[in-house]
Amino acid sequence: MMLEAKDVKKNFGETEVLRGIDMQVEKGDVVAILGPSGSGKTTFLRCLNFLERADAGTLTFDGKTVDLHTAGKKEIAALRQKTAFVFQNYNLFLNKTVLDNVTLGLTLAKKIRKQDAKDIAVQALERVGMRQWLDRYPSQLSGGQQQRVAIARGLASNPEIIYFDEPTSALDPELIGEVLAVMRQLAEDGMTMLVVTHEMDFARNVSRKVLFMEHGVVVESGPSKEFFAHPKEERSKAFVQSILDARQ
Amino acid sequence: MTERLWGILTDSFPKLLGYGIRVTIPLTVLSFSLALAVALVIALIQYADIKGLRQVCRFYIWIVRGTPLLVQLYLVFYGLPSVGLVLEAFPAAVLVLGFNEGAYMAETIRGALESVSRGQLEAGYCVGLNYLQIMTHIVLPQAFRTAFPALSNSMISMLKETSMAATITVMEMFRQAQVINGRVYESLGLYGEVALIYLIFCTLLSWGQRFGEKKLGAYGGKTR
Repeated sequence: MMLEAKDVKKNFGETEVLRGIDMQVEKGDVVAILGPSGSGKTTFLRCLNFLERADAGTLTFDGKTVDLHTAGKKEIAALRQKTAFVFQNYNLFLNKTVLDNVTLGLTLAKKIRKQDAKDIAVQALERVGMRQWLDRYPSQLSGGQQQRVAIARGLASNPEIIYFDEPTSALDPELIGEVLAVMRQLAEDGMTMLVVTHEMDFARNVSRKVLFMEHGVVVESGPSKEFFAHPKEERSKAFVQSILDARQ
Repeated sequence: MTERLWGILTDSFPKLLGYGIRVTIPLTVLSFSLALAVALVIALIQYADIKGLRQVCRFYIWIVRGTPLLVQLYLVFYGLPSVGLVLEAFPAAVLVLGFNEGAYMAETIRGALESVSRGQLEAGYCVGLNYLQIMTHIVLPQAFRTAFPALSNSMISMLKETSMAATITVMEMFRQAQVINGRVYESLGLYGEVALIYLIFCTLLSWGQRFGEKKLGAYGGKTR
């Protein structure tokens, strides 16, 4: 087991957003986290990388367990070294070029020499098809291009897992394809990925597992094919049905 | 124009310009540097929400913004000696101008810092940077760009406000005009000359601002 989250809880004021989420991820897994808006899926993902502080729960990563509520700076930094996070709004550093966006974490956090960092960055940008845009600023790129650079920024640190928070939700429809293509390629290369998404084609055809959440609990989880073909729970059935209906 | 007036003007202009360059400009540069340093510290304390110190900052801003510059100059230069704190005129002017404008600039910088989206910080943390690295490489450069036009405004204001230092005996450009005028009684001509020189200085600053904005605009687009 590469990653295991246990009993993750989070309240925003009076509202219980997460009511005890459990999840297991094997190396090489691509897990799609599905669910209606407000089900807590983004919050769950953010808690795993300490962008939100969970009220309770543990995270076991590579055999090491940390408390999601009490983890200290060092533990958090160590975990973030092994993970990458791709945001809905890309969050590229606006004052940095494409190349600098990718190298910044390498030179400052990992203390990699400038030239070596550049080589790594160019390689990562090559993988997402953004190599010829090194000197552009984020504002000069389309949303799809920005998101691909953001993925390259994550890849460059050689993470064990990449968290994706609705990576295509902010994109114009015609730009979604290029980002999904990159993600599909990563999945084929064996990258472990945890993806909060509304892209049902991706969940169905690329991800191997599905975690279906509603109202802060996991309603159903299992292999993607099974989930879409034979959902077990009433809520999952209704969800899958609503997707099929929307298709027609 | 009479020959006498023409003589006085051509005589006094280089003299006034000299005081402008040797006193008004250094006074502006020093006061502005102090103001920028004060403003940065005050803004960062508030941005980082350091408990306790935050209240001190708000108190300072409240006092400075709530009292006139002229009164502050008098308090420091004429008032403080009675409790044993005697300052020379020039340093007193630098201190008062710096701490005065600093309070306004602190608000400018705080607003600019807060306009940088949270996502920039989060992305920084996710690529492994610490708070200090995120501030110096991501947040402050973006905030500086946002704050630049307002900070340029402050500098232009300050350049003109240095004329107030005349009231606490700093021999700067305006005071020099007063001195010459005391001898020759040509108020319109002399103060007109001083106004013209201030105008020239401020025009140069405006050009500098435009140039700076162009340079800072290199990465285009708005900060989200």
